[in-house]
Amino acid sequence: MADTTLNTAPPPWTLETTSEPGSRQHSMLLNIGPSHPAMHGVIRIITELDGENVLKAEIEIGYLHRGFEKDCEVVGWGQAFPYTDRLNYVSPLINNVCFAMGVEKLLDIHPTERCDYIRVIMSEVSRITDHLTCVAAGAMELGAMTAFIYLMKAREYLYGLVEEVTGARLTVSYLRVGGVKSDLPEGWLERLKEALPKVMDCVDEVDKLLTRNRIFFDRMKDVGVISAEDAWSLGFTGPVLRSTGMARDLRKDEPYLVYDQFDFDVPVGSVGDNYDRYLVRVEEMRQSVRILDQAMARIPGGPVQVDLTGRPLTGAEMVDVAKMGMTADLLLRQVRPDPTLEGADKAAIRNLNAPDRRAVLPPKEDTYGNIEGLMNHFMLIMEGEGIKPPPGEIYIANEAPNGELGFYMVSDGTGRAYRVHCRPPCYYLMQGMNRMIVGGMVADIVPTFGMINMIAGELDR
Amino acid sequence: MTNDGPGFFTSRLSDGIAWARKWSLFPYPFVTACCGMEYMSVASAHYDLDRFGAAWPRFSPRQADMLLVVGTISQKMAPILRRVYDQMCEPKWVVAFGVCTCTGGFYDNYATVQGIDRVIPVHCYIPGCPPRPETVLDALMKLQARIQKEHHGLRGMVGLPIPPPGEAT
Amino acid sequence: MGNPMPENPVLNRLRAQLGEAVVETHAHRGDVTVVVHPDRYHEAMRLLHDDPESDYDFMTDITCVDRLKLKLQPRFEVVVHLYSSRHNARIRVKTRPLSDTDPRVDSIVDIYPGANWPEREAYDMFGIRFNGHPDLRRILMYEEFVGHPLRKDYPVNKRQPRIPMRDIPDDRPGMMFV
Repeated sequence: MADTTLNTAPPPWTLETTSEPGSRQHSMLLNIGPSHPAMHGVIRIITELDGENVLKAEIEIGYLHRGFEKDCEVVGWGQAFPYTDRLNYVSPLINNVCFAMGVEKLLDIHPTERCDYIRVIMSEVSRITDHLTCVAAGAMELGAMTAFIYLMKAREYLYGLVEEVTGARLTVSYLRVGGVKSDLPEGWLERLKEALPKVMDCVDEVDKLLTRNRIFFDRMKDVGVISAEDAWSLGFTGPVLRSTGMARDLRKDEPYLVYDQFDFDVPVGSVGDNYDRYLVRVEEMRQSVRILDQAMARIPGGPVQVDLTGRPLTGAEMVDVAKMGMTADLLLRQVRPDPTLEGADKAAIRNLNAPDRRAVLPPKEDTYGNIEGLMNHFMLIMEGEGIKPPPGEIYIANEAPNGELGFYMVSDGTGRAYRVHCRPPCYYLMQGMNRMIVGGMVADIVPTFGMINMIAGELDR
Repeated sequence: MTNDGPGFFTSRLSDGIAWARKWSLFPYPFVTACCGMEYMSVASAHYDLDRFGAAWPRFSPRQADMLLVVGTISQKMAPILRRVYDQMCEPKWVVAFGVCTCTGGFYDNYATVQGIDRVIPVHCYIPGCPPRPETVLDALMKLQARIQKEHHGLRGMVGLPIPPPGEAT
Repeated sequence: MGNPMPENPVLNRLRAQLGEAVVETHAHRGDVTVVVHPDRYHEAMRLLHDDPESDYDFMTDITCVDRLKLKLQPRFEVVVHLYSSRHNARIRVKTRPLSDTDPRVDSIVDIYPGANWPEREAYDMFGIRFNGHPDLRRILMYEEFVGHPLRKDYPVNKRQPRIPMRDIPDDRPGMMFV
């Protein structure tokens, strides 16, 4: 006999019934992500909705956890740079800078001033690319495809420049412990000077398209509000914190590199909503350009290209000379290296990197030209050797485009990190995102999420 | 007909369907990680996937026929990728975008799937970390050439089973 | 490790309040560090947060170190970084859970709400249990995962797939490489 009892249980997607007059009978569960265009592919938000209002939200992360911290314990200190590129892959140079500064702090070494300037320049270029991407993606998710295309065009100019210096558009691995891989190419600063107005033209155009745009304004204004106290207690940093009115910027508060020598402003918002975050990001791009202008004007001279002992030799000629036994002044000779090593020759390396054999690779001329260089190279490269910071622990923080990027490093004196922990700025922003979206509409999740600028690589590591 | 090969009419029809299919690939960008930045570059004006008829991303797997897996797939993500693939209708092609999706890349650790072909079949592998936009365009052209060579029949349209990808040629 | 500790009013205050529970202090490369006994850890954090002389109002980071290969006892070390906006100063507070098999410390979510996810991560990666944490679950790994991957005795490439992995023959027909 068939069971005729009616199933009166609520359908599985209902959670609770509310008895308030006028409200709907059931709240509904809506799962957003992880494979969802507005969730950048890797975040899952489980929302409980009453109509279109968000009653509760649960954020699940970890879909891009790829074991960064464990990998750092397996490879040497210098080999960890490629992994740091892929933390915040929109501004990889800043991760590189922070990691390099961390290992340098463990070793207690300092690169030259020119190197610091190069790091600042590359960091600020990265900051602009990051903000460009954030604004572009945020606008696109609201349907403003034009702004996306314009800003991607602007980003291509900068990617081209980054590629000239580092050899890669995105995953650069440009920094080295104690310096950088190579000097800036010839005429690069002039090209940067030419490119920046073009980039800022795009930004100005988008500014005109978006900032006073009715639709954009309505979707951003007073959406995703968080108070300064809440933001501070939840560990917020970066533009999201500054949008609430707190002028915290590590470049000002705890200046690193040569940031204390530049004149720039820290833009702050007043309400702490998405619109403020957008404005802060756009203004930060302008401030970055200010820093870049000053840095380009003040960067100390490049490598001295004049050879003390006469005409520069090519690498092959140098080997020939050495084979003939004329080794007397070989160490002093300047060699014109292979074109692939442009910017990484002896003069450049000496001019940029910390004079420390424990960390800095010798120039290729020395590696191929004399036994000291070869041995130094061997000691830094071979398995089981490498950079060996003395036992100890440090914490280092940088102002990344999303906030405070920190590394906690523990060395046990071997060639590998004992423990590397990354403090990703997004992690704390995502933790607090709950407070920004609950109480709002489900459609407001998208702009809020977009303006947080979650980067999965550093969020999940 | 006594010979094993397809007849004149069938092969003309197949060519025609292939031509239509290869110029109207609807990608589903399964974007997870760094390669997404390059995917953005490829898709926007400078490199412009639209020239190949493959620009309009469909964010519903049921409407897409090219699954672009862009970025590292972790063990936590693997079931979702599998599910998205299963939801796609035939004919479908999978492109592994970037070295993490090809082999796991340099993430040889507890968290990462060592190549998405451990989870779903793959038709085209694009190495590079991340691949340059030009590489992606090259891969797309190769995939189109491959689609042209595949046999496309009317079987799918009358509800007959279609051989799994890779064996269809 | 360790440089001589410079005179620091915050540490003096901590010592005055906690006495023997301040196990160790050092300032390697200028990072002021204090190790407190796990039983008094919560009290120490409360003091650092509330006392106007220290006023560490910002929790930067919580993590953990597995000291198995350093051959030190106790095995785990919970590391907290704090920042004070009023004094523009940082401090590192560490505590070492007594048990190696079931390491437990008090949660500081009630003092620093931002400690919620980092503590979950420390639980996920190292298996540290935080007493009083409102929602101690895995965060980066999935629920089926067995073990804690950042422990030193977890092999780096021991994978635990959630779905069965396909076998791939060496000769893959129809495969294209660009």
